[in-house]
Amino acid sequence: MEAIILQFLNGLDKGSAYALIALGLTLIFGTLGVVNFAHGALFMIGAFCAVTLQKILSLSKVTIDPTKTDFLGNPAKVKTPYVQEWFGPDVGAFIIDWSVPLALILAVPVMIAVGVAMERGLIKHFYKRPHADQILVTFGLAIVLQELIKYFFGANPIQTPMPEAFKGSFDFGAAVGIDPNVIIYPYWRLIYFAFAMVVIGAVFAFLQFTTFGMVVRAGMADRETVGILGIDIDKRFTMMFGLAAAVAGLAGVMYGPINAPNYHMGMDFLVLSFVVVVVGGMGSLPGAVLAGFLLGVLESFASMEAVLNTLPGLNQIIIYLVAIIVLLTRPRGLLGRKGVMED
Amino acid sequence: MGILEVKDVGKRFGGLQALSNVNLSVKENSVHAIIGPNGAGKSTLLNCFVGKLIPDTGSVLFEGQSLLGRKPHEINQMGVSRVFQTPEIFGDLSVMENMLIPCFAKRDGSFELNAYGSVASQRDVQDRAEQMLIDMNMIDKREEHAAALSRGDKRRLEIGMCLAQEPRLLLLDEPTAGMARADTNNTIDLLKEISDTRDITIAIIEHDMHVVFSLAQRITVLAQGTPLVEDTPDNIKGHPKVREAYLGETQVAA
Amino acid sequence: MLGLNKKDTNLLIIVAIMTMLAPFLLNPFPEGSALAQFNAGYPDLMQRFVIFGIFAMGFNLLFGLTGYLSFGHAAFLGVGSYAAIWMMKLLTMNVIPAIIMSIVIAGLFAVVVGFISLRRSGIYFSILTLAFAQMSYALAYSVLTPITGGETGLQPKPNDPRLLDPALADGVTPRAGLFGLEMSSSTELSIGGWVFTFNAGYYVAAVVMLIAFYLSIRIFRSPFGMMLRAIKSNQQRVNYTGLNSKPYTLAVFVISGMYAGLAGGLLVAMDTQVGPERMFWTASGEVVIMTILGGAGTLIGPVLGAGLLKYMENILSKINKGVIEGWFAWAPDGLDSVLIYTVNMFVGKQWHITTGVIFMLVIIFLPGGLVELGKRGARVFRRRDRKGLGLEPDAAKQRNAAE
Repeated sequence: MEAIILQFLNGLDKGSAYALIALGLTLIFGTLGVVNFAHGALFMIGAFCAVTLQKILSLSKVTIDPTKTDFLGNPAKVKTPYVQEWFGPDVGAFIIDWSVPLALILAVPVMIAVGVAMERGLIKHFYKRPHADQILVTFGLAIVLQELIKYFFGANPIQTPMPEAFKGSFDFGAAVGIDPNVIIYPYWRLIYFAFAMVVIGAVFAFLQFTTFGMVVRAGMADRETVGILGIDIDKRFTMMFGLAAAVAGLAGVMYGPINAPNYHMGMDFLVLSFVVVVVGGMGSLPGAVLAGFLLGVLESFASMEAVLNTLPGLNQIIIYLVAIIVLLTRPRGLLGRKGVMED
Repeated sequence: MGILEVKDVGKRFGGLQALSNVNLSVKENSVHAIIGPNGAGKSTLLNCFVGKLIPDTGSVLFEGQSLLGRKPHEINQMGVSRVFQTPEIFGDLSVMENMLIPCFAKRDGSFELNAYGSVASQRDVQDRAEQMLIDMNMIDKREEHAAALSRGDKRRLEIGMCLAQEPRLLLLDEPTAGMARADTNNTIDLLKEISDTRDITIAIIEHDMHVVFSLAQRITVLAQGTPLVEDTPDNIKGHPKVREAYLGETQVAA
Repeated sequence: MLGLNKKDTNLLIIVAIMTMLAPFLLNPFPEGSALAQFNAGYPDLMQRFVIFGIFAMGFNLLFGLTGYLSFGHAAFLGVGSYAAIWMMKLLTMNVIPAIIMSIVIAGLFAVVVGFISLRRSGIYFSILTLAFAQMSYALAYSVLTPITGGETGLQPKPNDPRLLDPALADGVTPRAGLFGLEMSSSTELSIGGWVFTFNAGYYVAAVVMLIAFYLSIRIFRSPFGMMLRAIKSNQQRVNYTGLNSKPYTLAVFVISGMYAGLAGGLLVAMDTQVGPERMFWTASGEVVIMTILGGAGTLIGPVLGAGLLKYMENILSKINKGVIEGWFAWAPDGLDSVLIYTVNMFVGKQWHITTGVIFMLVIIFLPGGLVELGKRGARVFRRRDRKGLGLEPDAAKQRNAAE
């Protein structure tokens, strides 16, 4: 029982990442009708926003402290991060410690800019081209973005630690009244899950309760009619692309402390997120979220020792297996609308 | 017994009864038109003949064999060809290749792994396709890209592709929809010629009364998914029920 | 000739001559000269030109003719490689059984994958094939380690059974060969400052490639090939013309998988090793890039694309910062570092950026790839030619008269 709860919880953080990426993919597909293979790269760029901010914050002023000497007897150089100099040592240290959450503030405008630039600069020209061309050109873009990141940041993963306050784990068992020390769950993963829920909630609320969102939803259902009403749907769709990029980017920022960002993380997640979208149903936002968590949790269960003893390797292939079964038995996906990209 | 026998066919989409109690008999070597106002179920009925839809009730027999549950290509190989409302041709291929494909389908059946010999070396099929293009008056366009043809020529090519398979029943779904008058008249002449010179039965769904009355020997009027009457064109013209169902609005205007 | 029309025969002959003379053609720069680094006439690279040419040719039969975009074709390449290596372990180091088995096993695997994936089309097909390939990769990496050697992969070992071969002497490593001709054996020819290398493995692979190319021409020109193009153009009309599109697409999927398996088998015949990374989705992406770079749906395009990509991979990745610094030695200070920094982004380890950018440009501006570029070039050239001869005004007059 404890093991099951633990695996369930373990599946949630990966599931959150899948759900957030799949949500953006679906937004883009639903609004623009574009299959975006570069969406994983947006997730990665988000993560590297955190890396960049961390690097900027740790830029230090080098001063010579005559009172101390290093082991050669020379006056020791002391590095003081500029933030500490400007805001005082305590506040400065706090800012550095909190660089990952702070990166969220940086990531929002950066990601929206990247998304809008991508849509206006490239994707826009592919609305009327076949899906295969869209896949191919965004695939090319994904390669370029990934290799650029590799060029600037190197091939090795870069640690982006979480704030000191969130290190440590939450004893889930003790909290719900079963054996303590059995179900231990890191705080950050809990935060990631909560963060994902907030973002997903915000996106849904935005689509549900704002005029902008209403127009976009109408456009997803029937683009032509909305166009006839004299609404400039294209501008709104561009904004949607920016929003989707921001969602992917934020997901990337927060994922850094769970898995140190590297240049190929985008593609790793993209392949799986596509599978998630297909399982959830192309063009269905709730489907993307549901399938994201479902597959994350399934993957987690498949990696239980008891399962692996009977079906070795299942954890490696479970997601693909589910996708194949879903595509063959229910081509429109779990919550997909009838007739949307069914064949 | 007609070449196409439709008995008690019904089809429901959710809450909409699209077809109910459709009975129809198409005589061999005749031109039979199915007319009716928008939403009368004409296209639904046609889709039940070609394997695109399976009716909930009733039977559809072609030359005594049931068509229900068969796939479109199987029904086609039995001798039923279909012309679509917007011409369905192979836009990326040349006119000659468009014509070659049905000729191969006629000779080799629904699948043949003919991957080694070249198309050019199959003289019998080449000759047949060429003859068809001559018959269709399109031989001078044989190397043209099919997508670049005019609407009228696309239609002509599509009909030719269907005839190349020597079907015994040719189904036409509003073949002149969206055509200019001249193209419409050309198509009427072409269809007349086909029905006069070939051993073929034509069933046509049409909106344009001019087309229907120029071609059909028998007409079935469909209204709200059920056949209203079936008769000769002359009788249909004056039939009060038909005027009511079909021409109701014009009557009011008159 | 050979049942081909004149144009195709000419194409085949040109390709045959080029592949046979490749050791000369790809080594235009004398040894030791500054440009020698751009030579491509060494065995390892030439082998990869022809082998990936076969891989791309096979992919093109599927994608170019039917429009079905497979994103998991590397799985067949990998399966072919594993099959070949097992023949070398169990039967003989002769490459013929290895190559035959790689085709057969990849074909059988393609029947299974194709049967399921082809129940969907469009992007679903792409994702299904991708899912199958990633599954194969994951399994080869983990559970199937007894068959695949896991992460380290497989190599023929001196103590493998090899039923048909005589036992090896102590300390002798098994080498792939063809009835005594070792794949790795080479003859060198020096003329003046030039050194040309003729490698047995390359010529074996090149002959196989020519056969594969010939068969691909026949498939393109056959009624089967025409049906596949019809499926790409209008599947609805295909079905309503009495043709069952399923067996057509499955047949070409399997043929395409067999080409990939053949390429995988040849890779093993050349370097006698295999690892699961050969099946990773980036490898599948690579064949997509090659085919489109060269020109999908054309006969020669995929071969050109494979050559171009493999050439770029080799040459660009060899250029390091030192080389670029040499190029910009003339530039004033400041400017040179900017130039070096910029160029460095596209070469060396970063050669993928160049590939990605070129690939995107091709998709955006030149969907027909290199072949279309060649055609456009030829058209411009012909027009200029005509102008030079004073024929252009006549042509213009005719056009005016026609209007």
